[in-house]
Amino acid sequence: MATLLITGGHVIDPVNKRDGRYDILIDRGVIADVQPSIPLNGAKAIDAGGRLVLPGFVDLHTHLRQPGHEDKETIETGARAAIRGGFTAVCAMPNTTPAMDHRGVVDEVRQEARRVGLAAVHPIGAITRGRQGKELTDFGELFDAGCVALSDDGSAVADSFLMRRALEYAKLFGRPLIQHAEDPALSAGGVMHEGLVSTTLGLRGIPAEAESVIVARDLALAELTGSWIHLAHLSSAKSVDLIRQAKRRGIRVTCEVTPHHLALTHEAVGEFDARAKVNPPLRTEEDRQALIEALADGTIDCIATDHAPHTDWEKEADFDSAPFGISGLETALAVCVAALIAPKRLTWSQLVERLSAAPAKIAGIDGGSLNPGAPADVVLVDPAAAWTVDPKQFLSKGHHSPFAGRPLTGRVARVIARGREIDDV
Amino acid sequence: MMPTATAKPSTQTAPWTKKDLLGLRELSAGEIRLLLQTAESFREISLRPIKKVPTLRGKTVVNLFFEPSTRTRTSFELAAKRLSADIVNIATQSSSLSKGETILDTVKNLEALKVDVLVIRHAAAGVPHLIARHATSSVINAGDGSHEHPTQALLDLFTIQERKGRLEGLNVSIIGDIAHSRVARSDIWGLTKLGARVTVCGPPTLMPPQIEQLGAPGAGGAGVRVTHNVDAAIRDADVLMLLRIQHERQESMLVPSLREYRLRYGIDRDRLKGAKPGLLIMHPGPVNRGVELDSAVADGPFSVILDQVTNGLAVRMAVLYLVSGAPKGDEDEG
Ligand SMILES: [Zn+2]
Repeated sequence: MATLLITGGHVIDPVNKRDGRYDILIDRGVIADVQPSIPLNGAKAIDAGGRLVLPGFVDLHTHLRQPGHEDKETIETGARAAIRGGFTAVCAMPNTTPAMDHRGVVDEVRQEARRVGLAAVHPIGAITRGRQGKELTDFGELFDAGCVALSDDGSAVADSFLMRRALEYAKLFGRPLIQHAEDPALSAGGVMHEGLVSTTLGLRGIPAEAESVIVARDLALAELTGSWIHLAHLSSAKSVDLIRQAKRRGIRVTCEVTPHHLALTHEAVGEFDARAKVNPPLRTEEDRQALIEALADGTIDCIATDHAPHTDWEKEADFDSAPFGISGLETALAVCVAALIAPKRLTWSQLVERLSAAPAKIAGIDGGSLNPGAPADVVLVDPAAAWTVDPKQFLSKGHHSPFAGRPLTGRVARVIARGREIDDV
Repeated sequence: MMPTATAKPSTQTAPWTKKDLLGLRELSAGEIRLLLQTAESFREISLRPIKKVPTLRGKTVVNLFFEPSTRTRTSFELAAKRLSADIVNIATQSSSLSKGETILDTVKNLEALKVDVLVIRHAAAGVPHLIARHATSSVINAGDGSHEHPTQALLDLFTIQERKGRLEGLNVSIIGDIAHSRVARSDIWGLTKLGARVTVCGPPTLMPPQIEQLGAPGAGGAGVRVTHNVDAAIRDADVLMLLRIQHERQESMLVPSLREYRLRYGIDRDRLKGAKPGLLIMHPGPVNRGVELDSAVADGPFSVILDQVTNGLAVRMAVLYLVSGAPKGDEDEG
């Protein structure tokens, strides 16, 4: 592995409060040095040409679909899509078939990710066996196997008693339980946000309360047990308000928001456009504004893609039948630029922190900074590059995006993952 | 043969340029008036001893029904036949589409047979829109989920206009399961665009959120009036439209029981005592006798339910005629 020297870039490293011209020396897969100027000394030079030089992004919420749904995505295509999006590490959700609810599946996923060798893949184990919401998995075995958190994502742990026990037992491990906050009784049959658009289109709605009811319950259970709850993909102003209050009271809660919930509202469904069918659903402008505000003030800790690829034919079905999900890894950065940087709601430094350091900390993984000694996960971003989203060009097998055809600004130009330059970004 | 439109001075029509008829929401008042005027000119054909004109000779219409509906299918079939089109009926339960075969596969197969018009009925909202985006043939929405049923609303407008001589300024109350009704949505768009005032009435569980914002801006502001009180809905009404209450609603806890619904919202003679003279009672059918509508009222002097069926034929002839005549290959979403 060559020694690399990234020169002439604008480094943004929120953890080390760096925001300016620095050179970065990479040796044996780790950051060796960061200085205003470093002599070449036989290293291979990478001229950043004034681009932004950032710590690699970390995605807390990725659906890689393998094993079981390799027609939708594989670890290899998902990891490629991640790298193109600037994500050098992704946390893989356990709603595979079989579910990641025991060591065998977790081992299989990690092994395949090592073979592929692109983005690092950190598995998230299931909370309940088969994600059925009935019996707890063997938490200890899953964490020993390398899981960074547990979640039944795809569905909520609906049973309050079981959730209480799960939170209590998880305290042994110091790792979060990630809740997909959705009361299945309130959301049953729903396909989009319950509001004026669902009423106009005659589609079954999912009220914001399907989320906030579970958020409120889990905050109460986190307080009761003193355990750590992480709330996935928040979509509503009500949830955000509850979490803001809970954080003030010292409840141990972290949470995430997706780029699509920051950028779009239920209006994106337009005339039954299933590309905008996602769970939780895109909600109102008021919700969107509340999410942006919460991300800016720290109520929401980080951005996660909830990359949820499906086959073309599945997404081309009618709105009711099409599956929920957006292929999001490859548009995440540019969508965040449009939703957060362009309207001056977040600075670049804040955005980078919420895409790298904050999720790395929640996942408990090494990364998210350009500390000497940290793994050399570095992303070069051209912040002014204009491009148009063409999902057919995605490296992911999920060629569906509500941003198709949208002109966006900001593009990942180059990725170095654990000291290795990745081509074909 | 061109039907002769008898334009009334107060009604302004707009030329028909659309490939499809997907809903009344996207139509202008002028386009709706044109449809009604065209229907007016076709109505007379059904009164002739030989009920057939060669207008659509050589055109092929496909009734593609993913949800059973004898009434609507028969009405479209007769409408096509009276215009001399060839008509094919395909009834498919969407659940019986073999695994992996999509709606679009079915449609692409039909298009390979060079059909001209697809009449689509489906239990899911938006299916006609999905098909229209991918098909070069014209698409007519014959009812999609709880979204729209434009030809039903057109025949409702036609029937009211026939009986009352106008739509503008009339009070129309729609009573029943508004949340799950495609007829209610299409009627709200059609009626408000042509200047009627619409009240929707039903229990809160059958009222979708923000329904008051639906409909075209009228003299009294945008939208429709919402009431949960059936007597208030009857009081000033020139027209009452009753909607069918389905048994499933009881199972999903939207109404405690059909009996309870009948007691609160069912229309019988007693309830109509304070109604305006000349009140029209309408129902898209099939009537759930003894639930939303008492038999004596359904068959009584106010009822125009059978006129609705008769007028449905003329309206569907007009729709088939207009979408067939529009230039094809229009890439815009209708
Ligand atoms: Zn989820």
